Amino acid sequence: MPDALPDFTPVTLITGFLGSGKTTLLQRLLLDPTLSDTAVLINEFGEIGLDHHLLERIDETMVMLQSGCVCCTIRGELSTAIKDLHSRRERGLLPPFRRLVIESTGLADPFPILSTVRSDPVLRHHFCLGNVITTVDAVNGARQLDAQPESVKQVAVADRLVLTKTDLTTAEAARELTKRLRHINPGAPLWRAADDDLDADALLSAEDHGTRQLTDGNDAVPDDHYGHNDDVRTLALSIDEPVDWTRFGVWLTLLLNRHGEALLRVKGILNVADTVAPVAVHAVQHLVHTPRHLDGWPNEDRRSRLVFIARGLDPAVIERSFRAFSMPHTQNRS
Amino acid sequence: MCALCGVLGGAEHWTAAVARPGVFTRSTDPASRRRERVNQVAAVTRVLKHYGVTVADWQGSAVVLSTASGKTEIVDNLVHLWIAAERLLGRPCDPLDAALIALMERELA
Repeated sequence: MPDALPDFTPVTLITGFLGSGKTTLLQRLLLDPTLSDTAVLINEFGEIGLDHHLLERIDETMVMLQSGCVCCTIRGELSTAIKDLHSRRERGLLPPFRRLVIESTGLADPFPILSTVRSDPVLRHHFCLGNVITTVDAVNGARQLDAQPESVKQVAVADRLVLTKTDLTTAEAARELTKRLRHINPGAPLWRAADDDLDADALLSAEDHGTRQLTDGNDAVPDDHYGHNDDVRTLALSIDEPVDWTRFGVWLTLLLNRHGEALLRVKGILNVADTVAPVAVHAVQHLVHTPRHLDGWPNEDRRSRLVFIARGLDPAVIERSFRAFSMPHTQNRS
Repeated sequence: MCALCGVLGGAEHWTAAVARPGVFTRSTDPASRRRERVNQVAAVTRVLKHYGVTVADWQGSAVVLSTASGKTEIVDNLVHLWIAAERLLGRPCDPLDAALIALMERELA
């Protein structure tokens, strides 16, 4: 007997700048048998869609949105398309897909797409946010990060990064770009599409949105000495004392209310006072995911870890504010 | 919706998520939900007193904000709360404001 469908169907977003290999990645992932029960929404910029022709699997669970950029013009259409898939699945007109993958246009700001899934009064009862997978072109990625603020944001909000076309550039250029990606988003696991096996499960699994990675070692620590002049700066906090959950919630909502546009990403694993298991928190701009209780700590280290990826905000001030607002009265600041 | 006051239930806020498998929340039962509500009002009060705004719980389901001049707003959750507070004050409540951080730090010292 097949497994029951999950209560909430996870929605994975594949984003990345124009020509960065999103469709190729999707094509490769869909060959994996574990993704056979995946519905796909493709959003193309321009009147003549091509990307769906590049995918070999064309069936009734593959929908193309063709009227423009998903982030700014057709949130309504996106919402309608997902509801239509859901409705047809419920009526037995479609195979019971267990996850949905959206491939956005290269120009799309990921936030409105995530916000649509999280906030739509119908969708939020049937779908949940999965990972954001961002592809970065090793040949043109550095130039795009220099010239296109959207591409920096796409990297910053990623749960998973896939560096493509590394076979078409020098090892030194790929290393330099990897260093820069680590600077913008230190916590996201990174695959090299040309060299690594792309395990679809690992890419799409969003149990903790990569917050586990924060306790795995140095990967989560930004390279503060990296000299590139990106406006995006990262703060990685380690907190020895248990966090007061109520105060933290009050502080984060206050911070997002005033600086949500600039806070591209907040993620962390918290040692919450009076709670045994760690709590994963995850936010993209104004949108905060429901906090997850993790099964347990991955190692003996019980410190809370928080990563903030922000544009135009001073990391030192964020840290000072966090400690002043969120720490219990009895604790000394470090 | 409450049949007496006509208040509509709002969308779930992440700080008060409904208890379900895998989700972390302090609202696991009515007593803990009320307790968390009281703690939340205290934490908000700790911030808004610096702006001269008082905060009070309303029926365990909303929060009442009032200024010294008597302007009042009722809000559902923390997101609406900060927007309403700024509207009442006519200026931003910025947690990165050095003066506000200094006041909060003084309390911790």
